[in-house]
Amino acid sequence: MSRFSKTTLAAALAIGLAGAAAGALADGKYSGVGRAATPAEIRAWDIDVRPDFKGLRPGSGSVAQGEEVWEAKCASCHGSFGESNEVHTPLIGGTTKDDIKTGRVASLAKGDAPQRSAIMKVATVSTLFDYINRAMPLTNPKSLTNDEVYGLVAYLLNQAEVLPADFTLTDKNIAEAQARMPNRNGMRTDHGMWPGASAAKGGIGNGGKPDVKNTACMSNCKTEVKIASLLPVYAEAAHGNIAEQNRPVGPVRGKDTSGKVAAPAAAAPLSENAAASKLAADNGCMACHGTASKIVGPGYNEVAAKYKGQADAESKLVAKLKAGGQGVWGAIPMPPQTQLKDEEAHRLVKWILSGAKAQ
Amino acid sequence: MAEHPTHRGRIRPAPENFLSEADIAAVKEGRRDFLRKALATASAAVAAPGLARAAEGDPNILTLPPWTTSLGQAVAARPYGLPSQYEKGLQRRESPGLTRMPQVSVAFTPLQGLFGIITPSGLHFERHHQGWSDIDPSRHRLMVHGTDEGFVKQPKVYTMDDILRLPPVSRMHFIECGANTGMEWGNVAVPTVQYSHGMLSCSEFTGVPLRVILEDCGVDWKRAKYVLAEGADGSSMTRSIPIELVQSDEVLVAYGQNGEMLRPENGYPLRLVVPGVQGVSWVKWLRRIEVGDKPWATKDEAIHYIDLMPDGRHRQYTSTQECKSVITTPSGGQLLLDKGFYNISGLAWSGRGKIKRVDVSTDGGINWRPARIEGPVLSKCLTRFNIDWVWDGKPAILQSRAVDDTGYVQPAYGHLRAVRGTKSIYHNNAIQSWKVVESGEVSNVQVL
Ligand code: HEC
Ligand code: HEC
Repeated sequence: MSRFSKTTLAAALAIGLAGAAAGALADGKYSGVGRAATPAEIRAWDIDVRPDFKGLRPGSGSVAQGEEVWEAKCASCHGSFGESNEVHTPLIGGTTKDDIKTGRVASLAKGDAPQRSAIMKVATVSTLFDYINRAMPLTNPKSLTNDEVYGLVAYLLNQAEVLPADFTLTDKNIAEAQARMPNRNGMRTDHGMWPGASAAKGGIGNGGKPDVKNTACMSNCKTEVKIASLLPVYAEAAHGNIAEQNRPVGPVRGKDTSGKVAAPAAAAPLSENAAASKLAADNGCMACHGTASKIVGPGYNEVAAKYKGQADAESKLVAKLKAGGQGVWGAIPMPPQTQLKDEEAHRLVKWILSGAKAQ
Repeated sequence: MAEHPTHRGRIRPAPENFLSEADIAAVKEGRRDFLRKALATASAAVAAPGLARAAEGDPNILTLPPWTTSLGQAVAARPYGLPSQYEKGLQRRESPGLTRMPQVSVAFTPLQGLFGIITPSGLHFERHHQGWSDIDPSRHRLMVHGTDEGFVKQPKVYTMDDILRLPPVSRMHFIECGANTGMEWGNVAVPTVQYSHGMLSCSEFTGVPLRVILEDCGVDWKRAKYVLAEGADGSSMTRSIPIELVQSDEVLVAYGQNGEMLRPENGYPLRLVVPGVQGVSWVKWLRRIEVGDKPWATKDEAIHYIDLMPDGRHRQYTSTQECKSVITTPSGGQLLLDKGFYNISGLAWSGRGKIKRVDVSTDGGINWRPARIEGPVLSKCLTRFNIDWVWDGKPAILQSRAVDDTGYVQPAYGHLRAVRGTKSIYHNNAIQSWKVVESGEVSNVQVL
């Protein structure tokens, strides 16, 4: 037992039986290293779902059930219909009834879609299930039940008109959904950028054969040099003062582009601000709020302006944080921030009301 | 030449870390003597009371500086060392507007100021899909199992104590994000090499070959075709890796980076190292390896990290980072101080093996000269190249073109676009062009 630290002792005791089983393996080359995984442990972590649905756990969820979860846990970032472009590129949009028939999203070839949504690209419904189950919602991953994930996939596919509104998605009928995925025939693997066995040998791709062929010409390789593209002026200004991104000595200096860059607001260095700002980042607040701009929720500058001079603002907002809610800034709700301790909630609100400074 | 400051001009003191707008304006107007003026002003400023002495020589020599005339700081004043305060310009930076949330984002390595081939760990680029955490290593586990019972005889769990007991190897490899230079597919979009090529880093990694661990679990090499690697972060990032790379012994379960443990931003305490393959497959905070016989089409191999082709289909499972190079000095956003001698320096790398040679052009690709390759030249590792250049003060376009040991020659934008169009986002390994104008300003341009 000596190799277990105190913190893992309890866990080690709980799996004592399995540990004994590992002993059987101990005559291997690396005796005493590692132990057998228990079936419960594998089940806890082995949540992946393959395109052939290997790994999918039985369950079901209807479009209507999915919609309910969606509104509560997903719409704040992805929009009510999965079409929002605010926090991430749209999940839904850009596919047609015809695409569902052909399995190829026509606008990808035409190149006329302003945005490439997830549903335009993804060929495999398993990908949506697997990813939502492991990673969403962004600030609270792995909190959904298996049936909720079925419902959410059903809801998203209904938004894309792949499934009808009265559909209940289950492990038994998910292949029907796959057969209607708008871009199910949209992938190709006949490229040279898979480093494993080629398709001819049961793997993927052409065995590493490149798709372009340049030659190492050394002189008079062309008659003229055509510049096809220059740096747009806004792009230079957008990247801060390049002078400050280079070393102060050497054969070159960075160009002073400060004239083009908005001067940063001078802020008094206050450690309390820095700490609160970190607290906000650590609690995922900044996923939905900018200090000076709206993301999903209002910018903290807007909040500070709105409640300026109101004596009860702090207690009101602390309560709002804990309970969540909507309607003050729009229809999108803020999920309840139940993870916050009282002291933390007060600290965050004080910080926001005082201008949400970084320093 | 006489009217220009020659190498003697290099005694120009450098209290300022850039040229002022006035200096640049002076250069633009063709007043090439601006450097001499700047020198005179700066000298005057430093040695204000003794203006006369400036004529005798450099006040940095004639008046001893405080560090030569005082007691310095104590040992371990900074128990974990930090770069000089004068190096603060070289930091990881985000490209504004590229992403919408700082936890789902990327910070680029400042290639414009780095030497050699190793990236300081604190400057290694960052790309997270759901933020990073500082994981307690005593609570971290690596689980190895199969898609069904047949793939490994004994599914196992390893603690960090276990992993660190196994015989390690140390290897130097580059890691490049598949989306590096992705902003530039259609047109020039960013000003400096930090933003155009800075999703690139190179380290010495220490760890255990994944092959050793799979064998410890009794893997069935005949049935195994792929492994799935999974992270312990919120995204639990997953990617499919071909078994052939694991069998080649190249894939490492790594904990060491440049002599210390991995940094939290780079996967502390455990990450996968998949040499030659795009960074997204180097799963950070590695918690699980599953052995199977089919790829998984995970989110980052079915919705992202797929390359749109002109026919409207996407290339899926594109993983290899093909041969590429870039000049890091002089590069976009920089300003040459003067005419005369320069060392053009850059990096070359290939996901298929070693760099065989690098050619450099200063006329936009009409004529090329072979660069000096600095050792060591290692497989799937950054390689530094250098070449002499005497700038005559006339406009120039600097390019580098790498060739790897498979004979593959780095393509031009024209070659890539002819096959892949301009919308594939990933795997842009085109020849980079930096335009130098008379004022000495260097900027990002594209030459087909
Ligand atoms: C706090 C904001 C937020 C919330 C809430 C949220 N998501 Fe996401 N979602 C994101 C971000 C950001 C990404 C991209 C992650 C990445 O790049 O790896 C994403 C990615 C996705 C994707 C993959 C599509 C793609 O293009 O990468 C799906 C599907 C998805 N979310 C579904 C959901 C569902 C279902 C919920 C509710 C259970 C949800 N999301 C809640 C922010 C959010
Ligand atoms: C998933 C997105 C999301 C997250 C995460 C989030 N918020 Fe909000 N927040 C919102 C939305 C949306 C609103 C607007 C609600 C409304 O209109 O009533 C809001 C409103 C607010 C308000 C103003 C409330 C009012 O009634 O005027 C404050 C203060 C606030 N949030 C602070 C925080 C803090 C602090 C955190 C982190 C602990 C946080 N938020 C996390 C989405 C979010």
